[in-house]
Amino acid sequence: MIRVQTEDFDVGRELERLSRDNHAVGGVCCFIGIVRDMAGAREIAAMTLEHYPAMTEKALKKIEAEAKRRWPLEESLIIHRYGRLEPGDRIVMVATASGHRQAAIESCHFLIDWLKTKAPFWKLEETPDGGQWVDARATDDTAAARWAKPRPAAKKPDAAE
Amino acid sequence: MRVLYFAWLREKAHVAEETVKPPKSVRTVGDLMRWLKARGGGHAEAFADTRMVRCAVNQEHVPLDHPVKEGDEVAFFPPVTGGRR
Repeated sequence: MIRVQTEDFDVGRELERLSRDNHAVGGVCCFIGIVRDMAGAREIAAMTLEHYPAMTEKALKKIEAEAKRRWPLEESLIIHRYGRLEPGDRIVMVATASGHRQAAIESCHFLIDWLKTKAPFWKLEETPDGGQWVDARATDDTAAARWAKPRPAAKKPDAAE
Repeated sequence: MRVLYFAWLREKAHVAEETVKPPKSVRTVGDLMRWLKARGGGHAEAFADTRMVRCAVNQEHVPLDHPVKEGDEVAFFPPVTGGRR
């Protein structure tokens, strides 16, 4: 399930829902992303997440479908917030449920790594020097590359020449 | 053709969305970008460093040699930074 929303979510209730009615689930793995108060040496008062709604939905569905293709998942959940968030606020939740722990843990890790490089979100941080757009980090690409299929190199879908 | 701009590209271009009618010589996303940049002003600023620009056609990431045609929704944006910081 995919949800993109401005409001917060209840982690306990969301996790409960993943296994409550499905007793084939033997393990649930979860990642929660939280807004920090520092970016490098700069203090952050808040950040505003902008996204491209039509593309976000398409991209997240694709990412979720890919996880389900690679691992035997019973359930999966991606919640991503947008709008203005302050340090301590939850920003993203990814959870996966499977019969066994390995599939749940690996697919959860895969989802958050892929989401960071494929989903169209941009962050504007409020710092003492004014608003600063956050650059994509090379480490995100490296993290996502770990999950690249060991097949002939596919062309990079989002490379701009 | 609908063109959308996000994050700092939107701020520099001073527009979030516009409808454009490029000439026939504009066949790819890269052509469209160069044509928009040549309009000067905010567009020239937004596309000043094209290495920092990513694009999507009809909500899919595409490379700059991807074709564009009438009726397409083309989006320009910086590299994405989803998930946690």
